[in-house]
Amino acid sequence: MTGGFALTCRQLRVTFGSAVAVDGVDLTVREGEIFGLLGPNGAGKTTTLRAITSLLPVPPGHIQVFGHDVARAPMAVRRAIGYVPQLLSAEGSLTARQNVALFARLYDVPRRRRRAAVTAALAAVGLTEVADRPAATFSGGMVRRLELAQALVSAPRLLVLDEPTIGLDPVARAGMWDRITAIRRETGMTVLMTTHYLAEAQQWCDRVALMSGGQIRVVGRPEELVATHGVADLDEVFRAHAGDRAADGQDEPGSIRDVRAARRTASRLG
Amino acid sequence: MSEPLAAPPPDWAEAGRPRRNPVATLVARVAALSLAEWQKLRRDRWEQVIRAIQPLLWLGIFGAALSRLPGIPTGGLSYVDFILPGVLTQSVLFIAILYGVHMIWDRDAGLLAKLMVTPTPRSALVIGKAFAAAVRGLTNAVVVLLIGQVLGVSVQWHPLRLLAAVGVVVLGSTTFCCLSILIAGLVRTRERMMGLSQLIMVPLFFASNALYPIAMLPAWLQVASRFNPLTYQVDALRGLLIGAPADYALDVAVMVGVTVVMVSAAAALLPRLAR
Repeated sequence: MTGGFALTCRQLRVTFGSAVAVDGVDLTVREGEIFGLLGPNGAGKTTTLRAITSLLPVPPGHIQVFGHDVARAPMAVRRAIGYVPQLLSAEGSLTARQNVALFARLYDVPRRRRRAAVTAALAAVGLTEVADRPAATFSGGMVRRLELAQALVSAPRLLVLDEPTIGLDPVARAGMWDRITAIRRETGMTVLMTTHYLAEAQQWCDRVALMSGGQIRVVGRPEELVATHGVADLDEVFRAHAGDRAADGQDEPGSIRDVRAARRTASRLG
Repeated sequence: MSEPLAAPPPDWAEAGRPRRNPVATLVARVAALSLAEWQKLRRDRWEQVIRAIQPLLWLGIFGAALSRLPGIPTGGLSYVDFILPGVLTQSVLFIAILYGVHMIWDRDAGLLAKLMVTPTPRSALVIGKAFAAAVRGLTNAVVVLLIGQVLGVSVQWHPLRLLAAVGVVVLGSTTFCCLSILIAGLVRTRERMMGLSQLIMVPLFFASNALYPIAMLPAWLQVASRFNPLTYQVDALRGLLIGAPADYALDVAVMVGVTVVMVSAAAALLPRLAR
């Protein structure tokens, strides 16, 4: 029924007032792959993810997740998705275990399996030792891993990560990628993520789509894109397609608010 | 990695999940969110202590001062007796009305979006917050009653009356918490929300029977106070706790009706807040 596709977007368009954030995006993500949605700030990546995860209203016929139309069957889509938003959003006053257990309950992980599922998710992200400490005492990298555990505890078929490594130091970033690839290897789940670190995408993603100005400019395997363009890395591929748009920093609606909010979250989490 | 992660079953999204009827799902989600709110509340006891000071001031200063003023027709009650249910309702209102700001805070932190991507009915997200407001409101209610005891208020301590009073506080908390979330869904920014919360608290509190009998008010204000859900909460609590005459049937009907409307409206506006 799904034809091997975890996600299909057809002519997705999202506007905020007169501003066009996403402008006719066509996208397919195959089951089991790590797919990277790349582009500068304001390219429309986050807005695309918000439409896919049912946070933005989209008319029927544009987005299907494992064969379920987001507009017609949002609950079925939500059941299939594990989502890590861009901001550090763990509950600082709850322990790591409480944070993950909440999401196990919200996804109906049966009571008899819940404790084991929570323990396994925390172990998968390397937080077993600190499972009973409040998240407020965690570093940014640990909070990110905790959020990954929250998204994993329901065994989602599609893991959606919005800038999973933003704001992390290089060691924490590499750690995050190790976890993501190990989890994919173990479970076979599909991963859709956004990032603006092109080097990371080149190293870790099976396929990438370069986005700019609300449109997808080019899609393919990173090494193929580099080879067919006859350049050294994805950076240069991107420059060839997006030109100066990559640098002009068009802001997404709400981006200033988001940055401020991120700072507030950082201070709340300590 | 000692224990393996569960791989997603291929039929997970289609049929592999436990299927429950919508009511059971709603109850389960409300329970899960309420548990998390309860765990959060247990971490900040100081906040509860600080919140308890305000009713002390209302009863101790305002009550003491106005009880010297002759001519407030309290129906034979002492003025402190008369305003105790009003001050209790007010402290519940002041706590609940801040939950719109809490919701905006959750939105700004990315938490609301994360919860809204889970298969959870929007009404459960709203009721989970209302639960937290109710727990805080109830702790404050206990404090108000204890202060009243110290000030010599003749509270009726019958267990069934207290149980009914708990019900009134829960409905009141839910109503104002949802009113606040609903306004948050309309104005969407923290700054506007803070201003509006303070703005609506004044008419809700003063255009009611909390501090004086409605009969004392000018005619237009009497009409306004009849449309104020707080009036019916105070009326019920005054009857239950102090033994004043109360129209319980009307009070319960209004409180339940308003609660249902508020929960539905807040749930409907929640996606607008997360957008």
